Amino acid sequence: MARIVGGIGLSHVPSVGPAYDRGKQQDPAWKPLFDAYIPVRDWLAKLKPDVAIVVYNDHVADFPFARYPTFALGAADSYAIADEGFGTRPLPEVSGDADFSIHLCEKLIQDEFDLTVCQEMGVEHGFLVPMNLCFPSTTSGWPVKSVPLQVNVVQHPLPTARRCYKLGQAIRRAVENYSSDLKVVILGTGGMSHQLQGKRFGFMNEKFDQWFMDQLEKNPDGLAEISHQKIMEDAGAEAVELIMWLTMRGALSEKAKRVHRHYYAPMTTGMGLITFEDS
Amino acid sequence: MGHSLKPIADTSIFDLRLSRRGRRLNKMCEALCSPAEREAFKRDEEAFMTRFSLTEDEKKLIRTRDFKGLIEAGMNIYAMLKVGSATGNSLYKMGAQMRGESYEEFLKTRNISGAV
Repeated sequence: MARIVGGIGLSHVPSVGPAYDRGKQQDPAWKPLFDAYIPVRDWLAKLKPDVAIVVYNDHVADFPFARYPTFALGAADSYAIADEGFGTRPLPEVSGDADFSIHLCEKLIQDEFDLTVCQEMGVEHGFLVPMNLCFPSTTSGWPVKSVPLQVNVVQHPLPTARRCYKLGQAIRRAVENYSSDLKVVILGTGGMSHQLQGKRFGFMNEKFDQWFMDQLEKNPDGLAEISHQKIMEDAGAEAVELIMWLTMRGALSEKAKRVHRHYYAPMTTGMGLITFEDS
Repeated sequence: MGHSLKPIADTSIFDLRLSRRGRRLNKMCEALCSPAEREAFKRDEEAFMTRFSLTEDEKKLIRTRDFKGLIEAGMNIYAMLKVGSATGNSLYKMGAQMRGESYEEFLKTRNISGAV
């Protein structure tokens, strides 16, 4: 039987990609961010997951507004590196697990989550920044397989926070129903506080971000009541991405224990990191 | 704006009504995810805008690099990053303009302005 062994909530700021690729890990402005992932990678090396389910959003790279799915799940054995308008990062194609994806599609749709199923999908910074921080790729590939789950957090109406949380709970049921002995981690990406447009560009709110991580750990069911309006007012319009962290949290059991927590807000985005180990 | 969402000061909420208004602009930006299209844009911006049926007002916003105006016209911020990149305007430069500040003034408001 497959099982979820861990969950990670983390930001997917695009500038982290080029900073990583240019070797800025020791640059004083970036070091606090990159150093926070060293213990996380050590922890993951002990957990030895086989697959990562990555809950993320595309930034108008592979999904144009002409047809914009609310939830889209990858069902392929590989995923291309998408060009989001500034060229592609020098990363190997992402390895998928189509059999596991197909199982998830079947179970989730039976469970009334009417997903868009993608047999071809390109992934960009929303997926690649978090994955490469947790599971650095080499020229020979990635250390784990992935299942990308793309969520509309860009074009309102968005799914509610509660819906995202329930999707996580359904993912847990689907994983536990898979006959192969897979160890699965789930990443909820995006946020934290940020606003990237209007006169309020650059708005951040560390107090909100710390509160969100507290609630995510101790009161996720209560946190799932949060409205888009509240997130946007308190943490900036683009902070609404945080609803994807609730999908990750929903996939964990009540026994899940928080392991790491970090926060760094150098420029325009509160970059949070929180991990949970599940039994 | 959607029925359940209330306006927030100095903020654009990208909903379906705004997305529909910005359809031509966003479709043009989406094309910039292709290297060949980026070259075409850089080679002849006017022809590129005409190909995507931009109105005269929309073309003017692009010509003048009026990022605040483009957001108000329905351009999505992530679509705008692509046109920003093609015109040599980083997110932070566009952001400074939207705040009504110089780039240098904007950087002074950041916690660690070296993390660019």
